Formats: sequence, C-alpha cells, structure tokens
Amino acid sequence: MSTRFTKNAARNIFYGGSLFFVLVFLGLTFHTTRALPERDHRENITEQVVRGKQLWEENNCIGCHTLLGEGAYFAPELGNVYQRFGNNKEAIKGFIRSRPPEGVPGRRSMPQFNFTDEELEALAEFLKWTSEVNAANWPPNIQG
Amino acid sequence: MLQYQSQAVAKPYFIAAIALFAGQVLFGLILGLQYVVGDFLFPAIPFNVARMVHTNLLIVWLLFGFMGAAYYLVPEEAERELHSPVLALIVFWVFLIAGALTVLGYLLVPYSSLARLTQNELFPTMGREFLEQPTITKIGIVVVALAFLYNVGMTVLKGRKTVINVILLIGLAGLAVMFLFAFYNPNNLVLDKYFWWWVVHLWVEGVWELILGSILAFVLIKVTGVDREVIEKWLYVIIGAALITGIVGTGHHYYWIGTPDYWQWLGSAFSALEPIPFFMMTLFAFNMVNRRRRDHPNKAATLWALGTAVMGFLGAGVWGFMHTLAPINYYTHGTQITAAHGHMAFYGAYAMIVLTIISYAMPHLRGQGTAAGERQQVMEMWAFWLMTVAMVFITLFLTAAGVLQVWLQRVSEVPQPFIAVQQQIGLFYWMREVAGVVFLIGLIVYIASYFVRGDEAVTTAQPARV
Repeated sequence: MSTRFTKNAARNIFYGGSLFFVLVFLGLTFHTTRALPERDHRENITEQVVRGKQLWEENNCIGCHTLLGEGAYFAPELGNVYQRFGNNKEAIKGFIRSRPPEGVPGRRSMPQFNFTDEELEALAEFLKWTSEVNAANWPPNIQG
Repeated sequence: MLQYQSQAVAKPYFIAAIALFAGQVLFGLILGLQYVVGDFLFPAIPFNVARMVHTNLLIVWLLFGFMGAAYYLVPEEAERELHSPVLALIVFWVFLIAGALTVLGYLLVPYSSLARLTQNELFPTMGREFLEQPTITKIGIVVVALAFLYNVGMTVLKGRKTVINVILLIGLAGLAVMFLFAFYNPNNLVLDKYFWWWVVHLWVEGVWELILGSILAFVLIKVTGVDREVIEKWLYVIIGAALITGIVGTGHHYYWIGTPDYWQWLGSAFSALEPIPFFMMTLFAFNMVNRRRRDHPNKAATLWALGTAVMGFLGAGVWGFMHTLAPINYYTHGTQITAAHGHMAFYGAYAMIVLTIISYAMPHLRGQGTAAGERQQVMEMWAFWLMTVAMVFITLFLTAAGVLQVWLQRVSEVPQPFIAVQQQIGLFYWMREVAGVVFLIGLIVYIASYFVRGDEAVTTAQPARV
C-alpha cells in the first residue's frame, strides 16, 4: 500500500466505518421490528403455538429439519408442511404419531417421541402458524 | 524458549482444542454415513444428536483455540506476563468439564430429558441450531468468557497496547457480547430467528474475523519479519472491510424468515462485498511472505498461514458469494449448497487459523525452540495437504449434491419430494464420506506428528535473505 495511505487513515476507516454501519444496522433493526407484526401475524400466536414452539425446541427438531430454510438438511422443510399435508393438522399429527420406534431398516426415519394428544395438537398449531408467516413466497414450491 | 513464562497456559488449551477437533471429525463421519445408511446407529444416536455433537464440538474447540491463541500472543505483544496464569488454568478446567458434561448429556439422555433435567422451562434457551446447550451451560460460557476477558484485558491494560492486541480484544469482547443474544428466545419465531443471527452471523462474519485477522497478523510478523507498521495497516483495512460489509451483510439471512423485503436488496448488496476482506487477506498473507526479511525455520506455520488465507477466501468468500444474492438464494436456501459453504468456510477461516497459531506456538511451548524438527514438520505439512485437499473434495461433492437437489426439488418441471431427491443424490454423499475418511487420515497424521522422536529441533533462525 502506498505511503500516502497512512496507518491512521486505515484505523479511522475501521473505527468510523464500523461504527457507522452498526448504527445503520440498529436503525434497520428498529424499522424491521416495527414492520414485523404485519408479516408474522403475531396476533395468532396462541398458548398452543407457544407450547408447540417449546416442544419444537425441547426435542431438537431443528437438528434434522429446516424451518423456513434454517436448520439441518437431513429431513424435509417444515415451514410449509401444513400446506404440503393438505392444510390438515390431523395428517401432521398422524405422521408424527406413527413413526416406528426402531426406525426403518436402511432408511432415514423420524424418532418416535411419544407425544400426548395435547402435545401433538400444540406442535401442529405451531407449524400451522409458521406456515402463515409472510416469508416472501419462499419456499419456491410445495416440496419445500 | 518462551519469552514470558505465563504463555505456557496456552498449551493445555491447544491440546484440548486438537482433542475436541478429533471428536468433531469422528461425529462428522457418523453423520455422513447416516446420510446414506439412514438407520446407522438409530435410535441410539439419532442424526440430530450426532449433529449437535459435531457442531458444538466445532464451536468449543475453536473457542479453546482462540483462548489459547490469546494467552500465547497477548503477553508477547503486551511485553509482560499474563495477569493471572492461575485463573487461566481454572477457567480451562471449568470450560473443559462443562463442555464434556454437556456433550455427555447430549449422548446419554434424550434431548427432551436433558431439557427437563436442566429445567429449560424456567428460562428456555435450548433447541435452537448451534445454541442447543442447556441454559446452565450457556451461563457457564458467559462466566468463562468474563474471566477470560478480565485476564487478557488486564494484561493488555497494564502492558504495551499494540494494534494486534487491541483488535484481538475487541474481537473477543464482541464474541462475548453477541453471545448474550443466545439468552433471548421470544415466543415469536420470526423475532427469535432475527436475533439468533446476531449470535451466529455477527460471530462468524463479524467479530470472529477480527480474531482471525489479529492472529494471522501476529504469526505473519513472526514468520516474515516484515515491519509491524505495514502489517498493522493491512490489519486495519481488512477488518474495516469485514465489518463495513459484514454487519449489514447480516441481511442475507433475512430474505425468507418473515422479515421485510428490503432485506433482499440490502443483504444482497452488502454480502456480495463480503468476499473482499477475505481476498485482501489472501493478498496480505502472500505479500508479506514474499517480502519476508528472514526465512523462519517453521515452514509448517507459514504454510498454515498461507493456507488459511486461501481457504478462507474460497470457503467464506467464493462459496459464500455463490448463493448470497437473493434471487439465487431463493432456490438454494437450506440445501446442501449451504452445507458445502459451511464446511469449507469454517475449515478455511477458523479451523486453519487455530491450526496456524498452534503450529507456530507449539515448538515454543514444548521447548523445541523456534521450530519443530524437519521430520515433524514434513509430517505436519502432509497432514495440512491431506486435510485441506479432503475438505476441497467434501465441499465439491456437497456442492454437486446441492445443485442436483435444487434442480430436482425446486427448479424442474415436476418438483420431487425431499426424500425422493435425497435417494437420487446418494452417490455424492458416498463420495463425500470417502473424502471425510481422507480428512480423518490427515488428522491422524497431524496428531502423530507431535509424537515424532529422534528429530533435531531447529533452535536458530536461518540467516536473513539478501
């Protein structure tokens, strides 16, 4: 680098530039949090949805699945599973309920979690709520 | 052989880092096999458990590496002994035992039982990717980080404040501060995801780059003998570019999680520039080595330093750019393309920088002098090439799998279901697993290089080049 470009100039770019973009980012975050209610439909977050999210977390579902594209890539996307299962909570619950405890020889299989009916309902409600988040038309198609 | 006796506390950190690295790779091989033999170890170690162990061990061994690096280089830069070597050793054991207990918890009881056992319902933070640790472990991590920051912070405060030390400290403090967002887990999934990235993205595409840059700068000063002023100027420019692009670049995670559409423009524009600091790092490393004023006898450390610069650029820069623009990411989001990028970026930028400082510091820490003997270095360099080439192939095979996955599942006229697609791309997962075995062989060679005997250590630097 040329001698005209001094270490002090480089330092100022680092501190000044970083600080500037931290502030920009905070401003954008402020705006985003204001704009979110229209997109996340938080008015529909019921106690069941909250319970469903908790079950989602306490069984580490993200360790195999993606949800809105984030997570592990071992099992199907679940952000639109409600639609994929025909807008049918019973189909989701039936699928989770029917997983064989010992798996399927040679194939990937979801574990049997032995959820109660109340827990299954909460999970299905959580997945339904998630599917209604405005995610800019993602995923591209029903297969997730 | 150490300039300051207290630098010796870095050694257990480095050894733990390598041991946990080995664990990470073993679980990686289990995961790779589960991709093609779906019921492998099921239901004893289901995929989600093995993955948790794989990714958490990665994070923990890199943190051990960063801390070891700080304990080694901060006293040398500050020109004084570490504030408290005893505290550093206490923190070491606390962190190691807490980490081991957490991993055992993952493996020995179902995750939901671990959540119940650690009373997750009182303060739910578990079950989010990479932040799976029980809340009590997370609190432990904060305590460890505070004790560590206090220790190196006091050392810097009382000693010489070089640019390297100050940048390293900002990076480490940033790491601790951003981790606090791991405790924020709102019921609203969209908000949860938004701030989850403040930990994950602002670590690896933010403050960690400061840590990476300062460690690299330290090693380059040592092995090339280039004037500190020159190196520090480069460091400022690189990390400046990293934060200027990387902070708003967080937006490339805000395309499809329910956040406003303007993030597609902002995220695309800023994250498209994120390769720049990585490219500058490559120029930096090669420039400094070309302008070296001495031939340092530790050839292996120089190789790692050049390697991390190149692989960081390829993995984080090129493979990141490949799917960072919103219209492309629309199709690639959450596929094997992401996995390919993740593997090479973490290995190139962060695994390799830790291996760089270990390579440079270990001969000093083991009393071998400036560098290990010829045979040991040759073995270490074999390990470098085996692991690095293996990682290139892991990345290429995952990329191929990803391209096919995107096509079959999302682009073609008749999109196919996830599982049907996975079965069709199994060949690439098998090849990835073979490359993974080569990586393991490289790691075994690497560990074995520390046990080479009957090798004359190199104690003096070679004469300066004219």
